[in-house]
Amino acid sequence: MPKNRAVLIDQIIKQTMRICAFSSLFFLFLIFLFILIEGLPLFYRVGVGNIIAGFKWAPTKGAFGIFPMIVSSFLVTIGALILGAPLGLACAVYLAEYAGKKKKLFLKPALELLAGIPSVVYGFLGVIYIVPLIRTYCGGSGFSLLAAAIVLGVMILPTVISISYDALMSVPRTYREGSLAMGATKWQTTYRVVIPAASSGILASFILGMGRAIGETMAVIMVAGNALRIPGSILDPLRTLTSNIALELAYASGDHRLGLFSTGVVLLIIIMILNYLANFVIRQKVIK
Amino acid sequence: MQTCALSTRQLNLWYGLFHALKNVDFCVYANAITALIGPSGCGKSTLLRCFNRMNDLIDDVIIKGSIHVEGRDLSTIDIIELRRSVGMVFQRPNPFPFSIYDNLVYGLQTHGIAKKCYPDIVERCLRAVDLWDDLKDRLHKPALELSEEMKQRLCIARVLTIEPRIILLDEPCSALDPIATMKIEELMIELKERYTILIVTHNMQQAARVSDYTGFMLLGELVEFGETSRIFTSPSDERTEGYITGRFG
Repeated sequence: MPKNRAVLIDQIIKQTMRICAFSSLFFLFLIFLFILIEGLPLFYRVGVGNIIAGFKWAPTKGAFGIFPMIVSSFLVTIGALILGAPLGLACAVYLAEYAGKKKKLFLKPALELLAGIPSVVYGFLGVIYIVPLIRTYCGGSGFSLLAAAIVLGVMILPTVISISYDALMSVPRTYREGSLAMGATKWQTTYRVVIPAASSGILASFILGMGRAIGETMAVIMVAGNALRIPGSILDPLRTLTSNIALELAYASGDHRLGLFSTGVVLLIIIMILNYLANFVIRQKVIK
Repeated sequence: MQTCALSTRQLNLWYGLFHALKNVDFCVYANAITALIGPSGCGKSTLLRCFNRMNDLIDDVIIKGSIHVEGRDLSTIDIIELRRSVGMVFQRPNPFPFSIYDNLVYGLQTHGIAKKCYPDIVERCLRAVDLWDDLKDRLHKPALELSEEMKQRLCIARVLTIEPRIILLDEPCSALDPIATMKIEELMIELKERYTILIVTHNMQQAARVSDYTGFMLLGELVEFGETSRIFTSPSDERTEGYITGRFG
């Protein structure tokens, strides 16, 4: 019966696809499970406060304070946002509102390529060019919050640009026409109607850019200097949560290893909050 | 003879290779309602959009021939000044996603009008479209929460804030139900005392009800133009007669 066979094949394909789709959920679940299994016991033993609010990280001596790293991660992220968000938004506005078809045709793929460059290459360029520049013109060793923020500022551009661009493009054409027909200029229309109308998507792009910056490891290790303290100025070195795990996991054992997993738990929670915030901001708009 | 607030002479327009307007000679009399009717795709919206240069937004548009607004050649008028004196209301109500008040002061802000004048202008324009009593206590509510009819009235009020002398309406009732349509039509008749109105409509009864003059367009040509009563009772072109009696369109 060819007809039945066709139905059967259809069913098999459908079920296979379903398994594939749900496997990603399964992997996510596994990642959570293992990080929590490995990371949570130490929170019990040492105390949440001593880890999250502790200033001293000496895992072989029983001190697991990661507060300076949490602060450093946020400082680096905010620095990246200060540099990357305005640039990314300006780029998205240009692409969505001003660029002609031809310019879009080469700008869009170029930006996608920016997202595809491995982070170690960003770090490499940071070490070779940005760190010496900072050392020469600003002082210090050059390995600093500033260097990490600059490198990350560039690295979050693709995220900020592509999501802001989508938000700007989803603003109905009728809003633009309505504004232009009132005698507003192109720029007035853009910054008084189009950007406010796309504001939730733009905000989401910033939040997801933050998520990208806080999770970045390699490039930050290479340029941030990795010192274990809260930086006093933008020229001081610092160590982020991700750097801490990557730098020490190779030789960590016992409680030290568990301490790194605890770092991972904190990181995971921060990323989850950021993702939730981004989704929340986007959904808010849809409900309206 | 009345003066033409808007006029075209031998106007031709192409979208790329598509010849959308063919040798159009057209005149919109001041302080009257002129309606453009015709089947979809006949070029009536295109013609309307020539008068405030909204066709500029589309790539590959070529326009030949002359357009005059209040006696001045369109090419000599600054585009911002032009759009201030020729307001436009769109097919779908398009209030901005701001509050009612912010929608109304948008044009005032973009044209740098003193802030202290805002409340008076907002009240006057909302009264002109009969929304003042309904909305005066919720001016700071989002405009998108209004009914479709109120949104369209708000859009008309928004246009009035910048004090145009001519108002273009591009099928302003096509998204509205019959009762809302009737109210907008009454509003148009009120407004014609102070404004010149050009309306594009696919609804022949609407043209017959509200307009003083009617132009019938077909395939990019202005087939016939004249007083509405004459066009609808004794059209001189058989294509006009065919359309208004419902043989096609």
